[in-house]
Amino acid sequence: MSSPATAFLEATVRTATPLALAALGEVVVERAGILNIGLEGVILVGAFGALVGATHAGIVGGYAAAIGGGIALALLFAAFAVAFRADQIITGTAVTLLAVGLTGTLYRTLYGVAGAALSIPTSGPKPIPWLSSLPVLGIGFFDQPIVTYAAYAFVPVVWWWMFRTHGGLALRAIGEAPSAASAAGIRIDRVRCVAIAFGGAMGGLAGGTLVLAQAGTFAEGMSAGRGFIAIAIVVVGRWNPIGVALAALLFGAASALQFLLQALGLAIPYQLFLALPYVLTLAALAGIAGRVRAPASLAKVEQP
Amino acid sequence: MNVQRHSRWVAGGLIVAMTVCVGVLLRASGLDVASALEALARGSFGSWYSIGSGTLVRATPLILTGLAVAVAFRAGVFNIGAEGQFLIGAAGGTAIALVFSSLPSIVLVPGILIVGAVVGSLWAWIAAVLRARFHVLEVISTIMLNFIAAYVVSYLVRGPMQEPTHIYPQTASISAAARLPRFGVTTRLHLGFAIGVAACFVSWWAIRYTAGGFRLRAAGANPDAARSAGQIDVGRVATRAFLVSGALAGIAGAIEVCGVTYALYENISPGYGYTAIAVALLARLNAGAVVGTGILFGALEAGATSMQRDAGVPSVVVSMVEAGIILALVVADRARIRPDAMTG
Repeated sequence: MSSPATAFLEATVRTATPLALAALGEVVVERAGILNIGLEGVILVGAFGALVGATHAGIVGGYAAAIGGGIALALLFAAFAVAFRADQIITGTAVTLLAVGLTGTLYRTLYGVAGAALSIPTSGPKPIPWLSSLPVLGIGFFDQPIVTYAAYAFVPVVWWWMFRTHGGLALRAIGEAPSAASAAGIRIDRVRCVAIAFGGAMGGLAGGTLVLAQAGTFAEGMSAGRGFIAIAIVVVGRWNPIGVALAALLFGAASALQFLLQALGLAIPYQLFLALPYVLTLAALAGIAGRVRAPASLAKVEQP
Repeated sequence: MNVQRHSRWVAGGLIVAMTVCVGVLLRASGLDVASALEALARGSFGSWYSIGSGTLVRATPLILTGLAVAVAFRAGVFNIGAEGQFLIGAAGGTAIALVFSSLPSIVLVPGILIVGAVVGSLWAWIAAVLRARFHVLEVISTIMLNFIAAYVVSYLVRGPMQEPTHIYPQTASISAAARLPRFGVTTRLHLGFAIGVAACFVSWWAIRYTAGGFRLRAAGANPDAARSAGQIDVGRVATRAFLVSGALAGIAGAIEVCGVTYALYENISPGYGYTAIAVALLARLNAGAVVGTGILFGALEAGATSMQRDAGVPSVVVSMVEAGIILALVVADRARIRPDAMTG
């Protein structure tokens, strides 16, 4: 039943899910001209929130806490980056550092230094009746945890909102020309804060996915750079939700390659596979950057 | 908005609020805050031993990586990659120390430090090229390179450079000739501290009084003006700043091996390259002031170690404090930290 190709596809979609969720949030944030490097910390807080929520209130509580934690940290970023007009890159770095300290401290004090033994209920794969019996693609794409199906649904929804609604138009206007958008009566600070909060919810959900649909436990620093990779995915996906979804699948495939190659029994050091997504990020950015155009006001601090 | 006019007060309030939050958090976790603070003070400035062998030993890598960040940021280069350059510098230095272990100290130690600087610089060069040729945001590329560097070290200490018995994921100890001299038999303080302080003052002088230093400041303060009015090749200045920054972080890694750990292993850096950002920002990117802020953060980390040991407070709490300091500083001088260079 489980051929290498099927296993490869399944692993691709599994690893792509949190990346796609986080990147779909970040693409909305960046279209508003804000670069949230703190996404890495948002994912980490989401993961920790999922652990706390799930131990007290089950899987649904876990996801709710993950989203709530993500929003809270993202709003802290918004307070500095939007309200104080602080530098976004330095603020984002500080927010990530804060998340590392906060989750590390809470994890060790709440769950003890060992902590490793704890495991929580995970949401297993739920096959979609008819689609999961499709040849080759069926198992890979349609026998996944529910959160993966949510990620599928977010792609067209975010695209539609961004390109077919007034709200989406306002968002893109802010990203391209904040002062013109402001003159047209758009409340840019408010829209940016809402966008950042949405990015936080999606980043938190991504972190929750790591804990609740994949690892079944929390580990310090388990976001492992996924926030930064998600930011790269937004660039590779050309700030378009559909491109972002495809780019996330590409990165998922790069990570899944290690399972495939290990199954083939090649004697290659495992660190090479672990480093592969980061190397691919650099290669993809080098290949694509210069030929794509970021939102004009991205990461720029305009004086009020 | 008047929050922006009174940013200094907001910043002060933030530090107080963050401190209170951390205190409440620890208290709620059932830890004794008073004894934690006492342990922090004892471990950092409590005795001559804790100052010399705790604080200043911890400060050494922070001063050098903090200087690396300050030099880069000053030129408008967002090098978040001091961590990776530190690791690669440590790996390169260890390799030289192990291969040429029989050379006399007077040749070997400078050789190790030079190689550490060169490989650290080469690691930064990757991000410099990606920025200059391909317009890749260096914030992302340097962070990716940090992860890759960690896996390179992981591979080396479990593969080609593993100690002879092949039990522990670390290299063999470097020979006595490869070790930096210490300031006396009772202290762990080594010559690397003096090297770090000297590097800060040389950099301070060079940035302030040389033509290259002027170009660095001009390119960072306003790249457009530097280009049009000053005939400065901003791209070249940025690349050079990147290379110098990488060399400083690389030499920090080599010094850590020769002065403290005497071997290479996976977690040789407890995030020095990230703390370095706080060190540099608190120094307002002034190379001379990095000595002071490096010692301050060294004290904080040394104190946190004894806080974990004596009061059971996780030492990772320090990164919350660092984040609070960075956030407060970002608000306190929004305009000065980052001119408007570098958004790609």
